[in-house]
Amino acid sequence: MSDFNKILLSSSKLSVGYKNGQEKIIIVEDVNLSLKKGTFTTMVGINGSGKSTLLRTLAGLQNPISGEVLLEKSPIKTLDAEIKAKQLSVVLTGQYISKNLTVLELVSLGRQPYTNWLGKLSEEDKVHILNAINATELEALKNTACHALSDGQFQRALIARALAQNTEVILLDEPTTHLDLHHKASIFSLLKTIAHEQQKTILSTSHDIELVLGMSDEMLVIHNGKATQDTPKNLTESGIFEQLFPDNIIGFNKENQRFFIR
Amino acid sequence: MNSTGKHSVQFVILGTLLILLFVVNIALGSVLIPLKAIIQIILGDDTVKEAWQYIILDYRIPKALAAIMTGSGLAVAGLMMQTLFKNPLAGPFVLGISSGASLGVAFFILGGSALGLSAFVVPNGWGTILAASLGSFAVLSIVLLVASRVRDAMALLIIGLMFGSLTAAVVSILAYFSPAEELQRYMFWSFGSLGDISWDALIILSFCYFIGMILAFSVTKSLNSLLLGDHYAQTLGVSLQKSRFIILIATSILAGSLTAFVGPIAFVGLAVPHLIRQWFTASNHWTLMPACVLGGAVLMLFCDTLAQMPLFEFSLPINAITSIIGAPVVIWLLIRKKKLLF
Repeated sequence: MSDFNKILLSSSKLSVGYKNGQEKIIIVEDVNLSLKKGTFTTMVGINGSGKSTLLRTLAGLQNPISGEVLLEKSPIKTLDAEIKAKQLSVVLTGQYISKNLTVLELVSLGRQPYTNWLGKLSEEDKVHILNAINATELEALKNTACHALSDGQFQRALIARALAQNTEVILLDEPTTHLDLHHKASIFSLLKTIAHEQQKTILSTSHDIELVLGMSDEMLVIHNGKATQDTPKNLTESGIFEQLFPDNIIGFNKENQRFFIR
Repeated sequence: MNSTGKHSVQFVILGTLLILLFVVNIALGSVLIPLKAIIQIILGDDTVKEAWQYIILDYRIPKALAAIMTGSGLAVAGLMMQTLFKNPLAGPFVLGISSGASLGVAFFILGGSALGLSAFVVPNGWGTILAASLGSFAVLSIVLLVASRVRDAMALLIIGLMFGSLTAAVVSILAYFSPAEELQRYMFWSFGSLGDISWDALIILSFCYFIGMILAFSVTKSLNSLLLGDHYAQTLGVSLQKSRFIILIATSILAGSLTAFVGPIAFVGLAVPHLIRQWFTASNHWTLMPACVLGGAVLMLFCDTLAQMPLFEFSLPINAITSIIGAPVVIWLLIRKKKLLF
């Protein structure tokens, strides 16, 4: 494929953080990342390292302290909200989502950028919605209200909503929090399959370094306010995972890519 | 989202109830007028007894129309607030709009003597309306100012509550210094009344009502996106600031003008959206908005029919009736569902 190495989302000299009055607090600085078409990338780092802040900034939901985010080739800040909505979708946690919505209604909302002011769904919209529901294996739960779903099912519904939005880039913030190992693995394997089969660019944050090491095409490691992007293999060899956790309580075995307690 | 088609049964029931209650509301009252005479009067037959004509045309019909506008306007305002603030307890009154109106009226009715300005008295009706409108507009301006600085929806709710307390405090201070008859006038306004409305006033009210409704329906699609929370709505192409601004303006026009004309009416804005959501099991605002228009109108006509106590000489305060019906409904919903969802 000619555009196999096409870069869809990138950042140059990006510093993220927040403003506390006049004071600017930088959490991660000098981030130069590039996400290619059809790749599944995971972002890892310890709690409070700034994963979510970086993800929100990449999604254009938060302003960077300095530097810029490029969606394809245009700065995300200058993009019209409606155009951006057709290129980038998100899966976030801890949002105030109306749990009265059924799975079908939730997924259908992913089509909002494409519908007219009445929000009427066209045949094409319906095809995208059904495909998203099929890909996430939610057919049986289509008409179930979100408050009746398990955490794993609800997470899948949120992913389906992002799929229905049919954007080239999907950013996910901790999509596997509160899930057991089986559901964690199935979500990541779903994301990887979608990235490869539908040629989407997917970036997801995660706490489960061991799990995503074996499933990601590329990884972004946030450590000491810096971000390093590479393949899981190169990152393992570079020794960055040994230093990831403070106080030397946890070590990392390069051979089997497993953490251990000293 | 799903089309409104699958809710056609509910819409037909609500529509029928609305027509039925409208007729019942006009037919009942302290004076018994035969249905046949009522129909003749509505059809423009002026051979019917003149007193009856006056009662129907200049009292009962404006009152019924005011009830319809009040119920539907407050229900739509409540629905928008609940979605905007992602809070099932939000209503037009939580924003402090009705507190603002009450404060305006309190200053107008009670302020005169408390501040030693008893000369400054304008004929009752119009002064109240103006004062209430100014009061709600003032509060709205402050809320909008805060909304542009504070991005947190919860903060706005708390500000609304604070306005409520502030109003209560100022009103009690004013009341302390006011003569009994002025206090009584203020109390009567705060009971709410649909009956004192003239055709002139009704035309002004309808004007405000339709502007508010047009604005409200113009943000229906954004309201659907807002069901997912602010961040998701933004990534779906919703301009948060613009939508929020339109929703706040629409709410304050609806709630402000209605409060000014009919007094603070409690619970309709809070209870109707919940009842509709439960009954329709819908989240789509293209279903909920028209359903709230009909449901609010039906509830208000029903409350007003009860309030006027058929065949009795007196009528009860409408605000008391809406509270007596509304409060148990909200409690019942809570007990049944264990949790109110917006």
